[in-house]
Amino acid sequence: MALPPEEALAATGATVRAATPDDPDTRAAGLGRLTPRWVALPESTEQVSALMRAATEHDLAVVPAGGGSKLGWGPPPERCDLLLTTRRMDHVLEHAAGDLVARVEAGVRTEALAATLAAAGQELALDVPVEGATVGGTLATATAGPRRLRYGTARDLLIGITVVLADGTIARSGGKVVKNVAGYDLGKLFTGSLGTLGVITEATFRLHPLPAARAWITVTVPGPADLPDLAALAGSQTEPSAVEVDRPSAGGPLTLAALFEGVAAAGRAEAARALLGPAAVTGPEPPPWWGRAPGEEFLLELRVRPAGAVPALAAVSRAAREAGDLPVHLRGSAASAVLHLALPADAAPARAEAFVSALRSGLGAHGGRLVVWTAPADAAARLDRFGPSGAATLMRRVKERFDPDDRLSPGRLPASARPGPALEDPAPSGDRAPRGESVPAGHPAPPEGPGTQGEGERT
Amino acid sequence: MTPVSASAGPSGRVSGLVGGLTAILGAEAVITDPVRLRTYESDGLTYHRATPGVVVLPETAEQVAAVVRLCTRTGTPFVARGSGTGLSGGALPRADGVLIVTSRMRRIIEIDIGNRLSVVEPGVTNLAISEAARPYGYYYAPDPSSRQVCSIGGNVAENSGGAHCLKYGFTVNHVLAIEMVAPDGEIVELDAMDPGYDLLGAFIGSEGTLGIATKITVRLSRLPETVTTLLAAFVSVEAGGRAVSAIIGAGIVPAAIEMMDALAIEAAEAAVHCEYPAGAGAVLIVELDGPGAEVAHQFAEVERICRESGATELRVADDVAEREAIWRGRRSAFAAVGRISPAYLVQDGVVPRTALPEVLAGIERLSRRYGIRVANVFHAGDGNLHPLVLFDDAEEGAGERAERVSGEILDLCLEHGGSITGEHGVGVDKSRHMTKMFSPEDLDTMQLVRCAFDPANLSNPGKIFPTPRLCGEVPGVRKGVHPLVASGEAELF
Repeated sequence: MALPPEEALAATGATVRAATPDDPDTRAAGLGRLTPRWVALPESTEQVSALMRAATEHDLAVVPAGGGSKLGWGPPPERCDLLLTTRRMDHVLEHAAGDLVARVEAGVRTEALAATLAAAGQELALDVPVEGATVGGTLATATAGPRRLRYGTARDLLIGITVVLADGTIARSGGKVVKNVAGYDLGKLFTGSLGTLGVITEATFRLHPLPAARAWITVTVPGPADLPDLAALAGSQTEPSAVEVDRPSAGGPLTLAALFEGVAAAGRAEAARALLGPAAVTGPEPPPWWGRAPGEEFLLELRVRPAGAVPALAAVSRAAREAGDLPVHLRGSAASAVLHLALPADAAPARAEAFVSALRSGLGAHGGRLVVWTAPADAAARLDRFGPSGAATLMRRVKERFDPDDRLSPGRLPASARPGPALEDPAPSGDRAPRGESVPAGHPAPPEGPGTQGEGERT
Repeated sequence: MTPVSASAGPSGRVSGLVGGLTAILGAEAVITDPVRLRTYESDGLTYHRATPGVVVLPETAEQVAAVVRLCTRTGTPFVARGSGTGLSGGALPRADGVLIVTSRMRRIIEIDIGNRLSVVEPGVTNLAISEAARPYGYYYAPDPSSRQVCSIGGNVAENSGGAHCLKYGFTVNHVLAIEMVAPDGEIVELDAMDPGYDLLGAFIGSEGTLGIATKITVRLSRLPETVTTLLAAFVSVEAGGRAVSAIIGAGIVPAAIEMMDALAIEAAEAAVHCEYPAGAGAVLIVELDGPGAEVAHQFAEVERICRESGATELRVADDVAEREAIWRGRRSAFAAVGRISPAYLVQDGVVPRTALPEVLAGIERLSRRYGIRVANVFHAGDGNLHPLVLFDDAEEGAGERAERVSGEILDLCLEHGGSITGEHGVGVDKSRHMTKMFSPEDLDTMQLVRCAFDPANLSNPGKIFPTPRLCGEVPGVRKGVHPLVASGEAELF
């Protein structure tokens, strides 16, 4: 404990520098008004481990980051002394083309990885909805795109992971074979962990051959009632890889587009006309909006069961109307029923709140989820970002075991899953809060909101 | 070989639970009769046996939860069991514990085609789900060879695969939600739609150590438009292996690619008269499915590749009966080796597909060195080997040699960057090999997950992990020395 924190961090061998208020690594980083004291740019898993040991020794809060494209996703961290960015860990460590497997460092950009793999006629069949994403950030936020319908999401394609825990422990699970059930799958746990369980430093993925051809079929209709039968399309023997919808305004027309992959893609897209109608257009290029989130500053994600997709479209329109005709741009995976909603960044907080609560209560019957990924600060203060979850208690217990000091991205988790003094006794008693009511009564509010910059001074 | 057997006879503590269990379930669902208990003393891996302290047959999640709460209150270990077809001793009972058998929880609650899902109880068999969905043109994709009898709850515990997981993935890729009884007796819903840690994914494949699934929502998949199955005979596994590499290299992902070597073919022939080409050194089964136009194209490619790789005979199945004839030999392989050997061990190691030729040559060397025959049946597409190590248990020392061959095969898999188990699970059988695959830090980190779910270590203890461990208090403050630590029986974690 002899060294002051900046020297301890420097002694890790990683590049560590003081952060500045307009630091490029943190400015756009969605840390709220929080400015970290230092930025670390490690180049190896071992350096990340050394940094975490130093952070533990000096009680520093650490926020892991990749490309920074989604650092604003989820509630802003309550404390951040050290921003740990993986962007210098950007090597594709191994591409075993014959095994359809690639092992990469977490800081590799998904676009760069795609270029490397394409040279061998392969791909990681995972679409990312925002530009500039790294592999690590994609895993930590569990983002996926249109082709989730056919290939699943990041958790389905991840076969091995290396992480560094809050205390510096380096742990691996899985491996570099696709079929493997030895031990717990830590990769699953870290998918969607938002930087709260550890730092993802390496990942191994199963790959797919690039399809010989791609073709799309697109149709625009006046309203949800005019949509083709989504269940029939998803279950059609034309086997679409993705079925997406785009609706720029809540009451307006919708465009539906389906992707087909394979040697016979064009013919299958044409065959889908039987379901989409004569007005549909086929071609080798996607519509311009394909695969991108409809907005970044105020972005919501709606998840329902597949048959709930069309009712959800109506529920969104209704909620938008009830919130004083709030403009809502909807886009997403119609057949998988994962829809992104972009609200205007200058939406009045009260109207945004009304929209979210109207939509959540409208979901009740279908058991869907509404996540508020990003929101302007004033609106964010009024919104429950994640909604209720039956797994909240277990998530909190996992967090406590992995990061007992709440050092990693404190406050990022669903509030109900955050460690706190009001822990329930894990002993069985039957007096636990009923399922679904995941926020225990009397759970303490976070000590202070975002912007507690002084927290960084408490070393 | 001496069977490993825990001492029989319910301990005083377990017999003290019988009253409580009877109050929860009724006397008829609580088994204490020693003769009936014996039915449950092993799973599919009969080499490991233990007579359970008591067996219960709950019918509802609430009953499972009440039993688990009773166990937790009394510090009694509990083990869940489905159909008992597991091949790693994952459902091996405890003489000092309660065995919770899900065989009475076999309702298919819902087939929901609009949502492409089915909701089932854990005791439902894998195949029953597909049969219930078939009239609608759908099925449940993971297809372990034991699918006629294995339970979906057991599939969840083991993250079961099957021949078709090459294209379609494993149980974890097809389960949308689980209602489970956590080790503290709470009923918890894990749902893929939940934001945050993928606890659903972490739970699947945890071999019963993180709780007991009581209701499972599975994804249903559309039955493919076209299925074509091809059987190709080769002079050697090397030649067949070259064909596999070429198929994958051509950018084709078949639904399944299976291989059997000469000894496995001989066994299958003796058992089910599958009439595979006589004298073949290896047969390859390649199944293609999907839209007709795609399958037709891929089939032409696969056929060309097999011929160029030296296939001596090609057979194509175009209808269900012909396809079943091809698969019959493959599906019977495990049981079939009983026809050519009094006893055998089955392994489940995995290697990167490109390492298959080298590893198979290594297995051949081991076989010669120890004078033990090894029949190879494997999922060639994903490098999952199922070497069947044959021996005569009447012969002095043969069992030990077979064990050694079996262990060294796993070492070989690990040397080539593989895994000790692709689909059978670790259970009790392979827990001692875990330290070869994972560092102490890796295993400690996995223990953090167990401690979060099961701090008292009562849910299927002694499985997966090589060393018993205790969970520290949360957060951090430890009081005194645990008696098991003092006695050296456990390490504090």
